[in-house]
Amino acid sequence: MALALSRALRIVGAIALAAATTSAYAVTEIQWWHSMTGKLNDKVNEIADKFNASQKDYKVVPVYKGQYDESMTAAIAAYRAGNPPQIVQVFEVGTATMMAAKGAVKPVYQLMAESGEKFDPKAYLGAVYGYYADTKGNLISMPFNSSTQVLYVNKDAFKKAGLDPANPPKTWPEVEAAAKKLKAAGVACPFTTGWQSWVQVESFSAWHNVPLGTKENGFGGLDTRLELNGPVQVKHIQNLGNWAKDGLFVYKGRKDEPLASFTSGDCAMITTSSGSYANIKANAKFDWEVATLPYYPDVAGAPQNTIIGGATLWVLNQKDPAVYKGIAKFFEFLSSPEVQADWHQTTGYVPITLAAYDLTKKQGFYDKNPGTDIAIKELTNKPPTANSKGLRFGNFVQIRNIIDEELESVWSGQKTAKVALDDAVKRGNEQIEKFQKANQ
Amino acid sequence: MEKRVVFASPWLPYALVAPQIAITLVFFFWPASQALWQSMLVQDAFAAKTQFVFLDNFKDLFQDPHYLASFRVTAVFSALVTVIGLSVSLLLAVFADRVIRGATVYKTLLIWPYAVAAAVAAILWVFLLNPSLGILTLLLRRMGVAWDFLLNPTHALILIVVAAVWKQISYNFLFFLAGLQSIPKSLIEAAAIDGAGPGRRFWTVVFPLLSPTAFFLLVVNVVYAFFDTFAIVDASTHGGPVQATTILVLKVYQDGQQSLDLGSSAAQSVILMLIVIALTLIQFRFIERKVQY
Repeated sequence: MALALSRALRIVGAIALAAATTSAYAVTEIQWWHSMTGKLNDKVNEIADKFNASQKDYKVVPVYKGQYDESMTAAIAAYRAGNPPQIVQVFEVGTATMMAAKGAVKPVYQLMAESGEKFDPKAYLGAVYGYYADTKGNLISMPFNSSTQVLYVNKDAFKKAGLDPANPPKTWPEVEAAAKKLKAAGVACPFTTGWQSWVQVESFSAWHNVPLGTKENGFGGLDTRLELNGPVQVKHIQNLGNWAKDGLFVYKGRKDEPLASFTSGDCAMITTSSGSYANIKANAKFDWEVATLPYYPDVAGAPQNTIIGGATLWVLNQKDPAVYKGIAKFFEFLSSPEVQADWHQTTGYVPITLAAYDLTKKQGFYDKNPGTDIAIKELTNKPPTANSKGLRFGNFVQIRNIIDEELESVWSGQKTAKVALDDAVKRGNEQIEKFQKANQ
Repeated sequence: MEKRVVFASPWLPYALVAPQIAITLVFFFWPASQALWQSMLVQDAFAAKTQFVFLDNFKDLFQDPHYLASFRVTAVFSALVTVIGLSVSLLLAVFADRVIRGATVYKTLLIWPYAVAAAVAAILWVFLLNPSLGILTLLLRRMGVAWDFLLNPTHALILIVVAAVWKQISYNFLFFLAGLQSIPKSLIEAAAIDGAGPGRRFWTVVFPLLSPTAFFLLVVNVVYAFFDTFAIVDASTHGGPVQATTILVLKVYQDGQQSLDLGSSAAQSVILMLIVIALTLIQFRFIERKVQY
């Protein structure tokens, strides 16, 4: 009944529209479901408007569909109901799920090749491109907003504790030494971290060139298994656990919650997303700086390169292939140096192409905003290895929860790092086996 | 004499209940049967590949120690929310019923929290009890309690119980107050003349007469604690630390909606459905007998 009514209304609407537009000109609509809020949402709309004004055949319509997990679920539900959007923004932990859905997704390299748009894989940053490419090096989804992990330092707190703010800690032992001095100077929270699994386990492993799992961190196939309980990871997590006991590291939450403790001046150091730059800049009432993510100097090959987080744009399979041409045109527009450089400079996300990086350099942005190029320097520090190009594990949303839980049990002193990481591997592998079973 | 109403027409009674039956079929039996079917499948997120695995999803669940622990958490949480919620609101209702001056003000203020959305209620308590910024945390610290619900499982449980109870008190209060006001004053006065004090009057006269209301609220509160508290937990502790506050309904959501593991999520919702059916049966079979209508 409701369906019949809505269909009738749609027909009436279509007739009215046809009558209103004198030139019967067909504009193909491209639905773009995303999860960008606030200033980022404005920027997304601006990009779509600019693209729509640049040509007449296609119209990109950005639609905010809730947070990352919500918009992904919505897109999957729409696909199952036979009416998927053209483009959906999916966060990096959903990559394996999307990639396993072979019939549902149109790979970007195919899309670009078929529509004959300009597309050069070498134009993209290796660390960004590698995360979203298959084992043959073909790009599956379009990189959009990518960030990585950096260390933020409260310079005022450093001065108060007699530390040199011009010389922020470069290694984890230096972080410990600084934290001790800060604590002695009366700082309640010397060090904290946002996104603990992403920063202290996932990217930590890449930064020290040790594997998170077999089969190239899962890039090599569904039969991958976790191995994030290696000696390097155990040592680091145990250190953090000890620091938590001594009050040098204060746990503030799993995701972005710890950031507020840094911007309020409560915590003196935080490792978190480079995408937090704009937020800190707007809210911190003290002198602060961005520094490179710390590493252990006694680990051979460290620092390697960090891995990214953020989201990419996925093209879902369409009934009418005519729209692919428009999506390809839009992606080409999106990766142009001007659009990318602007996106990078206003949001704090890293530029996804080398051209956008060069353009930003040329515009003098990094000289005026010191520290904004640290993220990209970390990503491009060395060419990515099998351990550092990213990770691709099925059911990773659950696995990240499991890692978070096991880490919390170390911070509260219930488990040692070794036991907790062993348990994380065991429980995580159960999730991977489940995913393998569902997708084989 | 036959006390029941008997319809003359053979089809009229069926026609009258038909809309209700239709609604139940469409909105309860249909989705429930789909959940039952889905619970025996393993499917990728896009439903490209589907395998029938019979009871494997259930087997996996009962081998997961965290899932089993979640039963205990749910039982403790529901019991606390129901018992505390009912007793506090009964106490408030009895006092509000006796207030003579400014009664409307008290009543209005007590009903207010009901207008607050569950997620907002949760965030409000998270602010008050935030380990680094909360006002109540500051007071607790002064009293020597190292409050930190992010790492301490007991503290996390206290947080969600307090938020869930606070949210539900208004509803209970409203029903208890209405129940109290419908008790004839003459009964209470008669008891008073016979020499019964306020405490005795309450337990021998008022409380038995309130029992239908209390029973109704018991059923409603148990259902509330099982299902409607989802938003509170999701917005405050997200089930942490280490699943210490992962109640069953939260896990259904996390596995189904966030992790897209529909088979396991459906299996969990089937189990949840069985629990609620069992609880409701128990309540009507054993507790209702003690209720005096």
